[in-house]
Amino acid sequence: MIKILVCISNVPDTTTKIKFTNNNKTLDNTGTQWIINPWDELALTRAIEMKEAAPGAVQSVTVAHVGLADSEPTIRKALAMGADDAIRVNATANDSYSVAVQLSEVVKNNSFDIILCGIESSDYNNSTVGGMLSEILGIPSVSSVSNVTLEGDQVKLKREIDGGFETISVSNPFVAIVQKGIAKEPRIPSMRGIMSARTKTLQVLEGIQTEELVEYVDFVLPSAKSSCKKIDPENVKELINLLHNEAKVI
Amino acid sequence: MDFNFTEEQLMIQSAARDFAQRELLEGIIERDDNCIFPAEQIKKLSELGFLGMMVDPKYDGGGMDAVSYVLAMEEISKIDSAAAVVMSVNNSLVCWGLETYGTEAQKEKFLKPLARGEKLGAYLLSEPEAGSDATSQRTTAEDKGDYYLLNGTKNWITNANCASTYLVIAQTNPEKKHKGINVLIVDKNSPGVSLGPHENKMGMRSSDTHSVMFTDVKVPKENRIGEDGFGFTFAMKTLEGGRIGIASQALGIASGAFERAVKYSKERKAFGTEISNHEVIAFKLADMAVKIENARNLCLKAAWLKDQYQPYGTASAMAKKYAADIAMEVTTEAVQIHGGYGYVKEYHVERLMREAKLTQIYEGTSEIQNIIISRAVLKD
Repeated sequence: MIKILVCISNVPDTTTKIKFTNNNKTLDNTGTQWIINPWDELALTRAIEMKEAAPGAVQSVTVAHVGLADSEPTIRKALAMGADDAIRVNATANDSYSVAVQLSEVVKNNSFDIILCGIESSDYNNSTVGGMLSEILGIPSVSSVSNVTLEGDQVKLKREIDGGFETISVSNPFVAIVQKGIAKEPRIPSMRGIMSARTKTLQVLEGIQTEELVEYVDFVLPSAKSSCKKIDPENVKELINLLHNEAKVI
Repeated sequence: MDFNFTEEQLMIQSAARDFAQRELLEGIIERDDNCIFPAEQIKKLSELGFLGMMVDPKYDGGGMDAVSYVLAMEEISKIDSAAAVVMSVNNSLVCWGLETYGTEAQKEKFLKPLARGEKLGAYLLSEPEAGSDATSQRTTAEDKGDYYLLNGTKNWITNANCASTYLVIAQTNPEKKHKGINVLIVDKNSPGVSLGPHENKMGMRSSDTHSVMFTDVKVPKENRIGEDGFGFTFAMKTLEGGRIGIASQALGIASGAFERAVKYSKERKAFGTEISNHEVIAFKLADMAVKIENARNLCLKAAWLKDQYQPYGTASAMAKKYAADIAMEVTTEAVQIHGGYGYVKEYHVERLMREAKLTQIYEGTSEIQNIIISRAVLKD
């Protein structure tokens, strides 16, 4: 029976207006709505789909998160979506390395067969936790995974490669770094899911001491988008003129 | 006093918002134009458990509170009121009525499939000549010993075609006036049940509204809810809760229009700046925001009272009247803020304005709400 671990990150809602404090060195969290990182949410959706499709083959879907107690609503949403249980490592997610180290302890103390990580978090976009986690654990990692399927005892991973896809099988345990295509849409929690999340286990583990390898020196917001110009579909000449002379893209 | 929502309530609100944005927004204009019932979307909504969300889990419901229901109704109604009214009728009138007053056998047979969303329910009270005056029921349920013989016509019935379980209010003993009224559970597929054409409405055009005719329909005695003559009390009690649903729907229509007006006012430029920078528009938005906040608080107060098992009939009447009236005002202003764009369908606010009007009419007009409220405030 396969046990799946999905690593989830807690990120600001994608519509949040980003602000910084501490001389532009720290994200200002005031009034921020937090959500499951969209890539991780899709990974979780796929894991739940796999269990539903093959309940005899998949024993459990666990979510793991590194963060403080205020991130628990995000974890409980994952439980409401359909994860069986959750582990929160009580530590601040300082950088990718510290998160990977904390998650590696979770994996060492349990026996997961498939570990799914979203390709990146939508806040810091480092795209490194999955790779680091596999390296620390000394297990394979597979990147650019757009589908995970079970065929008997074998796990098949579909990867995006230059100009197409390849499908590979890999021995357990492994880390799959998942991307576009892994699930169609994130699952919306059902009433029953929300209700059952009340009674599912959310285990809290104390984090271990880790090194902080990253120092944030400065955050800069992208420049504001310029206003949109609408051009009549019949007026192609004007469109070319603007693209050439104003936007200077052709 | 704690104005914070619980984690679960916020999760339900977020689930409803995600569902509305993902499943209901696409195709809404076409469905409204062509009176197409959102069957696929309702199926998905039922799979998520929204159609029986307040029913006790032992009857296969979601077990959520009325506050969660308000939050969900607002989010769904921001996008698609036709879907929201299916949710309102099924939850607050049909499921609540069966759960509160039905026998265990009735709950087992009728409530469970409704709560699971496998079947839809409809509530048949209004008649061609009995709308606000619900005591004047002309539909008759003649007592024939083992069964009732149902004859008559019901009007403006939401879910009439898509529902399979009808709760029908009908007169059994005319001499007893409203105390002779019964409520019967009727299978829509019974011989003698027929439907009029789909009503071509001003708003909520894709909701499934028909008149329903009963000709010598035999209804088993065990399908009567409550004691003989309980029908009018049943109707009044279920409508108390139904008002919370429709008030929340009106709230959602208003806040949906408001959100669109805010967005548009920040994009549309006039006289060299975004129109939100013009005081005339900014103050309109401020007034709209205050009205919406008031309506939301009234809806939540009524729901909270219901959750606390306290009387909520007056509170739900206040919420329904106020939310419906401000929905009309707010949507009208939203159209005004959009100018010419507000008058065309692509910008959605004209549809919301048409939808708002119905909330002042159905499940008790604003005038009927005033009667309920005034009786409460004038009571010695």
